[in-house]
Amino acid sequence: MIDFSLPEKLKPQLQMTEMVAKQMMRPKARYYDEHEHERPVEFIKFFWPIMAGMQKASLERARRKAEQAKTGEKPEKEKKGPSTYFIGLMHMVEILSWGDVGQYLIGMFGGLGATAVEAVGTLEQKERFLSRFADPKAEPAWGAMAMTEPGAGSDTSAISTTAVLDEETNEWVLNGEKIFCTNGGLALNESNGFVVVWATVDKSAGRAGMKPFVVEAGTPGVKVTKAEIKHGIRASDTVSIVLDNARIPYDNILGSPEVRKRDPKSTKGFKGAMKTFDASRPIVAATAIGVARAALELTKEKLAEAGITIRYDAPPDELTAIERDIIDMEAELRASWLLTLRAGSMMDYGEPNALESSMCKAKAGQSSTHICQKCVEILGPMGYSREWLIEKLMRDSKIADIYEGTHEINQLIVARRILGYSSRELPA
Amino acid sequence: MYSFTPTEEQQMLIEAIHRYAENDVRKIAHEADENSEAPDAVIAKGWELGVLPGLIPEEYGGYAEGPGAITGVLALEEMAWGDMAITLKVWTPALFALPILISGTEEQKKQYLPLFCDIDRPPMTAALIEPNPLFDPWRPATTATRHNGTITLTGEKTYVPLAAEAERLIVYASDSETGKVDGYIVEKGAEGLEIGERNLLMGIRALPTYDVRLSEVTVSAENRVGGEEGTDYAAILNRSRIAIAAMGVGVARASFEYARDYAKQRVQFGVPIATKQAIAFRLADVAIEVDAARLMVWEAAWKVDQGEDVTQAATLARHYVNKAAMFATDSGVQILGGYGYIREYPVERWLRNARGLATFDGLALV
Repeated sequence: MIDFSLPEKLKPQLQMTEMVAKQMMRPKARYYDEHEHERPVEFIKFFWPIMAGMQKASLERARRKAEQAKTGEKPEKEKKGPSTYFIGLMHMVEILSWGDVGQYLIGMFGGLGATAVEAVGTLEQKERFLSRFADPKAEPAWGAMAMTEPGAGSDTSAISTTAVLDEETNEWVLNGEKIFCTNGGLALNESNGFVVVWATVDKSAGRAGMKPFVVEAGTPGVKVTKAEIKHGIRASDTVSIVLDNARIPYDNILGSPEVRKRDPKSTKGFKGAMKTFDASRPIVAATAIGVARAALELTKEKLAEAGITIRYDAPPDELTAIERDIIDMEAELRASWLLTLRAGSMMDYGEPNALESSMCKAKAGQSSTHICQKCVEILGPMGYSREWLIEKLMRDSKIADIYEGTHEINQLIVARRILGYSSRELPA
Repeated sequence: MYSFTPTEEQQMLIEAIHRYAENDVRKIAHEADENSEAPDAVIAKGWELGVLPGLIPEEYGGYAEGPGAITGVLALEEMAWGDMAITLKVWTPALFALPILISGTEEQKKQYLPLFCDIDRPPMTAALIEPNPLFDPWRPATTATRHNGTITLTGEKTYVPLAAEAERLIVYASDSETGKVDGYIVEKGAEGLEIGERNLLMGIRALPTYDVRLSEVTVSAENRVGGEEGTDYAAILNRSRIAIAAMGVGVARASFEYARDYAKQRVQFGVPIATKQAIAFRLADVAIEVDAARLMVWEAAWKVDQGEDVTQAATLARHYVNKAAMFATDSGVQILGGYGYIREYPVERWLRNARGLATFDGLALV
C-alpha cells in the first residue's frame, strides 16, 4: 500500500539528530569552512559513540548470520515487516547535512571503507577490520575508499595501481597513486583506521583484474602526500595517497583473488564495488537534499524578515518572480527527496535498486546545485556575502553532482537500464 | 512506514485499465483526435471499469472501501496513458460527483451520488473556466446574487466538457457580496442558461467542450453545493489539480515509452539512435522526470486520503507535473524528429494534450 509516513520508531532518533545538527553543527559551519583542514573536534567527540554503537550492532548481526549459516539454522523470520534501517539512515544523513555537510562527512567514521568490508568481506575480515569502528569507548577511527587516480576518474577500469603477490612472504605489494580519497588522512594518519585501495592484479584482464585491498594505518610505504583545498565541503578531509612497495598480508584482499577472463563470475569483485553504489548513491542524494533544504529554508526565512511570504494560491498575474522561483525550487526539492526515499526504501525491502539509485543521485545532485545557486541570486548582496551561509551552501552542494558517480555517469547508468543496453551497446 | 507499491486490488485495477487503454483507447485515439469525436462504445467501456463508483461509499450506491484519492490517481494515470481526451470524456461526470462527495450536504449526496453508480454514464458536468487570459479560479467573474431563498447566476463560462448533452452542471461563481466562490447546481433548460459554440482547441480534440452563458439564471438556495455552509472550494480545486496532474503523468509516460522504443529501432549513421548519448541521456532525464512527477502526485493524493491540508502539496505536484509532462512530450517529438511532427505519429498529439494541463483548472504556473 502506497504510504508516505515516516516510521514512528524512527522519530526519537531523528529528533536527536536534528538537535545535533542545529545546536552543534550549524553554529560551527562557517568556522570550519573558513578554517580548512581543522577538525570539528566537538562533533567528532559527540558523534563517535553513536556511530560506533551502530557499527557494533551491525557487526553482531554479521556474527549471528555466520553462526546460523554454520549450524544450518534458519534465520529468525522477520515478522515485523521490512527493515527501517536504510530509511532511518537517509533521514539522518539529510538532517546532518542540513546542519553542515562538511562536518557530516567527517562523522561517517567507518564510511565507505567499512561498507566495502561489509559488502564482500569474510567474517574473519569483518572482525579484524570493523571492530575498531565498533567500540564507543575507544578512540575514534576512520575508514576510507581509494579508487580514483590522476588518470582514472569516471573510468574506474583505467586504474593503474598494481598489486603483486610476493609468494615468498605471502604478501601483496602495492604500488601507485590514489587521489580524492575522502577521510584518507584521518584513516591513515590520525587514527587506527584503514583505506580500501583498489588495485589491479592483472592489467590485461581489465575489470576482472581489479580487486579491493585493505591497507591499514601504519603500513610502511603508504604516505598521505596532499590534502586538497576545495571549493566547498572544506571541513571534509580529501587526500592523495602514494603507495610505494606497500606490503600488506595476503588476507587483506576483499573477495576472491582469482582472475578469470571471459568468465562473467570473475568480474564479481568489481560488480561488488558497483553494488555498494546502490547504497551510497541514495545517501549522497540525501546529503544534497539536506544542503538544498538548508539553503531554501534560510532563503525563505530571510525573505520573510523582509516581509515576503510565499503564496501557493496566488493567480499567475500576481505571483512575483521570487514566489515563482521558490515554488519551483520546493517542487524540485520535494521530487528529488521522493526519488531518494524510494531508492532507499527499496534497500529496506531488499529489492534491486540500481536504476532508482542512479535516478535519485542524478536528480538530487543537479536540483540541489541549481537550488543553492538560485538562492544566492535571490538574496542578492547578502546571498553572495560570507556573512550568511547561503554562499557556503552553494559551494557545498556542487560536490553531490560530482562524487559517487558524476551526474553524467548516473545518466549513463539510467540510460542503459531503461534501454536495456549493455556497456558495449551504449558506451561511456 | 514508507511504501511505493500499490495494493493488490489497486494493481488489478491498473491492469484492467491498462488493457482498456491499450486495446480500446489507443486504437481509436488518433482518429478521435482527427474527427474531434470519440466513439460512444469506447467511452461506455471506460465508464464500465467503474473507477468513479469505486470512490463513492456504499451508502450512496458505490463500493468505496475507504478514501480513494490514491486509487483515483493510479487509475487516471493508466487511462491517460491511453489518451487524455478519452480519459477526460470518461471522467467528466466526476466533475459533478466529486464536488458533491467532497462538499455536498447529506441530501445532495443522497440525491446525486447514486446516479454515478449506474452502468450508464450520467450526463453531468461542471463549468469553472472563463474566457479571459487572466482567469483566476479564486476570482471568477461569474456572480451569484442572493435573494430570498433563490440565487441568480450571471456570467460566461468556457471549456465546459460535454455541456451540450448535460442534464445538470455545477457552475462556480463568486458571491456578489462576499466574493466567496461556491458551486451551484444548474439543471438543463433553466431559463437564461445558454449552451454556446463548441470550443476549438489545440488538443484534447476528442472531448467536446463548450461556451456556456448564464443570464440571470435563478436557482434555489438548496442548489448551492454544501448548502448553507457553502462549498469547500479549496478542497475541490486541490482534488481537481491532483487528478489532472495524474493524467499528466500518464501522458508523459506514454511519450517516454514511445520515444524510447522508437530510438531503439530508428537507425541513423548505421546504428540505432538510442546508442547515441545525446538521445540516450535525454531519455534518461525524461525517465527520471516521469518517476519524480508520479511520486509528487502520489504523495499529494496520499495526503488527501490522510485528511491533511494539501494546498501546498497539490500546487507543487501540479506545477511539477506540468513541467515534467511538457519536457517528456516535447522530448518525444524531438527524438522522433521529423516524424514526431507528423500527425500520424502520436507524440505530437501528446505534446498538444500536455500543454492543456496548465489550463484545465485555471492555474498556470508553467
